[in-house]
Amino acid sequence: MVMAANKPRSGSFSRNFGAASSSVPSIPGLKHGPNGTMLLSSGIPDLDKILGGGLALGSLVVVTEDPEAPHHMLLLRNFMSQGLVHRQPLIYASPASDPRGFLGTLPSPMVSKDEKSRVHETEQEKGLRIAWQYKKYIGEHTSESHRGGKSEYCNDFDLRKPLERHFFSGKQIDCVSLKESADLGAFHERCSSFLSQANQNNGNITGGRIAIQSLCSPQCEYSNREWEMLSFVRSLKSVVRLSNAVAVVTFSPSLVSTTFSIRLQHLADTLVSVKAIPDEDKELAKLLTGYQDMVGLLSVHKVARFNTQVPAILETTTFSMKLQKRRSLVLECINQAPVDGATGSSYGSSGSCSGSSKTGSFDF
Amino acid sequence: MLLLKSKTLIEKSKPPNYCIINYQRNQRNYHSIRAVMANALPSNLLDESLGGSSGGGRMILVEDCVETSGAFVVHHLLKRALNSHSSDAVVFLSFSHPLSHYDRVLRKMGCNLSVQRDNKRLLFLDMLALDHLDRNRGKTSEDILIALYGEIQKAVEISRSHEARHHITVVIDDVSLMEVDANGSSDLVLDFLRYCCSLTAQFGCSLIALNHGDVYSTVDQPNLLLQLEYLADIVIKIEPLATGLAKDVHGQLTVTNRNLRVDSGKSRSRIHNFQFRIKDNSVEYFYPGSKT
Repeated sequence: MVMAANKPRSGSFSRNFGAASSSVPSIPGLKHGPNGTMLLSSGIPDLDKILGGGLALGSLVVVTEDPEAPHHMLLLRNFMSQGLVHRQPLIYASPASDPRGFLGTLPSPMVSKDEKSRVHETEQEKGLRIAWQYKKYIGEHTSESHRGGKSEYCNDFDLRKPLERHFFSGKQIDCVSLKESADLGAFHERCSSFLSQANQNNGNITGGRIAIQSLCSPQCEYSNREWEMLSFVRSLKSVVRLSNAVAVVTFSPSLVSTTFSIRLQHLADTLVSVKAIPDEDKELAKLLTGYQDMVGLLSVHKVARFNTQVPAILETTTFSMKLQKRRSLVLECINQAPVDGATGSSYGSSGSCSGSSKTGSFDF
Repeated sequence: MLLLKSKTLIEKSKPPNYCIINYQRNQRNYHSIRAVMANALPSNLLDESLGGSSGGGRMILVEDCVETSGAFVVHHLLKRALNSHSSDAVVFLSFSHPLSHYDRVLRKMGCNLSVQRDNKRLLFLDMLALDHLDRNRGKTSEDILIALYGEIQKAVEISRSHEARHHITVVIDDVSLMEVDANGSSDLVLDFLRYCCSLTAQFGCSLIALNHGDVYSTVDQPNLLLQLEYLADIVIKIEPLATGLAKDVHGQLTVTNRNLRVDSGKSRSRIHNFQFRIKDNSVEYFYPGSKT
């Protein structure tokens, strides 16, 4: 077997620059991931944890929308805000006539005072937890030790406060209206030039972000030309793969044929779907704890795996989306309510993985 | 007497999968056993179900779905084709990942793709690089596919003449992306694959193609997948477990080996079904319930 004996190459083991070894990451906003990849944050701390640290540079993330609820916008907002906070170049496209308006809805990072009170709260509740939920403590311990660093990899965003003006002053923010473009070729050109600009940043990697909202929206002229849309996503995927950026594309499967939807899902490196939860559903209220606070459900179908063939098997694939104090988005495992129907405080309340799986009335 | 009895008892109590493997070995004909021994690879369930013999042109179709990816089968077959005991060559058409990805994956499995490429045993055609598509120069999909086939044929001919390589394998990853590149004309893609199949008859090559089964499941008319299944000698289908995700078992494999020639002259097909678990350096294959 020829195992690189001739060339002085490093072996197949990549050094894991984990959080334990380096106290301050050299590049703000990026960290090393498994198998020699670099990761950037999705803007949602729980989602980063679920996906194994963040989104891999060069990956294509596809989010399938639910036409009944705009939860994909929450994901996009956090994603874009995180990029602006870290001064990463951003290009945003949507079917609206004036996409710049969306930038006004981006959330601001939470002030540290609120963070400290949140940490204090969880410490108080620790004493009340039952001992078998020990996994939670290990997770919380490592995450707490990294708060208070000056430039954090992932910020908690306050959805009620808009992002401050000074974050928009960077020159590398581009907004494109998909309605204006007759075909996707011109938009693809723009993305390519955006990526080559982002790559050339004095040799430093900063990580770029592409956010495309509602690609298959019927307002756009090309929306009935499925092969053209597929070809666009395919070319986007190939240019993103060779660059240091992450592209997030959302689309609604109800607007396109099933074969198109499945092809697009195969193209994705990371595949996530969001689903709405009906309000005032008594059946669901009995089934799930904490139903009142839930705004939607998020399922992770695929996680990007570069340079390895081992798939990422998650403990659970469906999470509930909750707005903690109506401010920040948290994702929790779904906890099934106790069988005797007694209502009480839910056990999970900060991104822990202690829940059991849900029963079969859902079909994800 | 007692000692003899206990010996026979021990033999009978061997785990059932061992008995099944023995049965299959007896069924195989003499030549493929010789071929397996000549290759001297550690044999696993997948290799055995493929029939072991790498000689003679065969087309293998690998079908997967969104829930479970079949890329690991392509990696395994690629490694098999490039093993150092034979002088086989590989032409790899990649539509999904750059060479660096496969290089790292196969290096963990003990196969160095960069060295093989330098030794001219691997020709890697990276379709992700835009200059291959030449779309800006106004070429149609048909021209591009014709040119691509020309490249493959030339590579096969050169390989055959050079150092008398016994066997060339053409690997395509994957066919559904080829359709996207051809702007949806499945006919062009099917023609291309048929031409590649003709290479198997003409030069004794093997063709391995990865496609996504669930993309075509909603289309009723004769579609690309059905045509490919008809063309293929072996169809490997990768599906998730009916019970959902698991850490120990990543999914199940169904290998359908068609057109097997039995001694009496008739042809049969044989179906194997087993489960798998993917690791970085290898994949474990086992019958349901017999994972150690």
